[in-house]
Amino acid sequence: MIETEKLGKRYEDQEIISDVTFRVEKGEIFGLIGPSGAGKSTLLRILDLLEEESEGSLTLMGEPVSHSPLERLKLRLRMAMLLQKPVVFNTTVEGNIGLGLKFRKVARAEIARKVKEALTEIDLTGYEARKAITLSGGEAQRVALARAMVTEPEILYLDEPTANLDPPSTEKIEQLVVQMNREHGTTVILSTHDLLQGQRMASRIGVIMRGKLLQTGTTRGIFHRPDNTQIARFVGMENIIEGEVMATDRGEVTIAAGDVQIHALSSYPVGTKATALFRGEDVTIDLSPRSSTSARNLLHGIVQELVPVGPFEHVIMDCGVPITALITIRSVEDLELQPGKEVWVSLKATAIHVLPRDRS
Amino acid sequence: MVNEIMDGFVQAFWLIVTLDPEVVEITLRSLEISLAATIIGASVCLPLGGFIHFHEFRGKRILVNVIQTLYALPTVIAGLFLFLFISRAGPFGFLGMLFTPVGMVLAQFILITPILIGLTISALSTIDREARMTVKSLGASGTQSVLTIMQEARFAILAAVILGFGRAISEVGAAMMIGGNIRGATRVLTTAITLETSIGDFSLSIALGIILLLVAVVVNLILNVAQQR
Repeated sequence: MIETEKLGKRYEDQEIISDVTFRVEKGEIFGLIGPSGAGKSTLLRILDLLEEESEGSLTLMGEPVSHSPLERLKLRLRMAMLLQKPVVFNTTVEGNIGLGLKFRKVARAEIARKVKEALTEIDLTGYEARKAITLSGGEAQRVALARAMVTEPEILYLDEPTANLDPPSTEKIEQLVVQMNREHGTTVILSTHDLLQGQRMASRIGVIMRGKLLQTGTTRGIFHRPDNTQIARFVGMENIIEGEVMATDRGEVTIAAGDVQIHALSSYPVGTKATALFRGEDVTIDLSPRSSTSARNLLHGIVQELVPVGPFEHVIMDCGVPITALITIRSVEDLELQPGKEVWVSLKATAIHVLPRDRS
Repeated sequence: MVNEIMDGFVQAFWLIVTLDPEVVEITLRSLEISLAATIIGASVCLPLGGFIHFHEFRGKRILVNVIQTLYALPTVIAGLFLFLFISRAGPFGFLGMLFTPVGMVLAQFILITPILIGLTISALSTIDREARMTVKSLGASGTQSVLTIMQEARFAILAAVILGFGRAISEVGAAMMIGGNIRGATRVLTTAITLETSIGDFSLSIALGIILLLVAVVVNLILNVAQQR
């Protein structure tokens, strides 16, 4: 559906994105995640043919994209985009939702019918004659989405669509987009800096940082097996421990980091400078050493600090190396964890992702 | 002197409420000429402003700066400029426009052109990047997107047009030079006030002055109502 080849964009001397190559299949929801200013918006604008690339090429819906304004308009008519800032025009809600249809010279009665239907879907039944600029942010964004929806696009681009919205509005927008994807097979590309939104909505994710597409894969793959420590930090991997492979045994390596040994699944040879990465939620805390655990790593540590994260807490411990666990507040209470408390930490070898240092 | 002024106000009041034929005639002529200049000006300058705004070309910034400078074009200079062109000896002298209402329309048109073009450009610049992008993304053709964005800026553009009308109806220099203040032919509110004041007929001056102010008030009201809708 979408195929790019070494796409690049430059404004004067500044390179905004470069060497972006990826493809998205028909009917997929693809998440572009990355920090603000990484080039996500620029990439989406190029894909929606609002801007021209400086380098590389792209194919949309099976057609190579040319520079001819007419050809580009034809393709643009088959796509739609929703921006971070809810854009409504100073007219009625009906005038807003029907705008794309008006551009397509759809008959008035047909527009009115489609708008009515769309308003029901976005829970704004009867809002036809309301002045759009009097809507709240969440309502305005729903109207903007409806405006995109009624044109029945084959590809829908969402540029941080819920960054300024409250949780219920966010949920509604997400639900509508997923529904559109399921019912009409709309291909969706969503940019977000919210990892959880990427995870909730997208089947595959691309990580974009400083204008480069660093890794694409399933959400699970990127969350657990990031290609480098930069991505690992961005996807919230709490534990990034540097060491050196000191032993190998049938697909398992032992990494020495200071006095601590970490067992992980990997095949790097002895002597490799390596980084062990694992997520806080894969770390288990007990008050005494477990005998029945299957975890290959068992470390003794002392709680240093507790940091609340929503309904969870980050438990930062000194186990010879700093290790952070993510556990529920209830578990923290049950275990009576507090700074200074002695704990035993267990961690499965399979939960640890190993990267050679030169790639990290 | 104070008595004269008081008398002037009383008489002015009667001239207005009794719809004095001369007062009515001068007022209508003023409105006709300035409305014509504004309507012609708007139909030329709005598209022109749109064209300048939506196209990138060499010297665009300089052009916009020149236009903005001309907001303050002295009316007598506009008058002089046009006079040279349409006086008997001028290149367009054969059209016989000097000392006619048509000539005055032309003079006011020239005078308000910079305001209409410049303020149209400013009005369009207030429409943000996201709105433009959304219009384009919704599949608007070039013409459709220009029209949609001009529609979005309609209140600011309307304000420009009304400001243009205000300048046209209140100027005196060009109306005097090109119109000649001929009674029953080219006498308008401002030129009549000038003349009547100089010959000491304050009551007519004051009556016409009040009417001129009323025009400004009405125009302002229209603008306010339009913007609140």
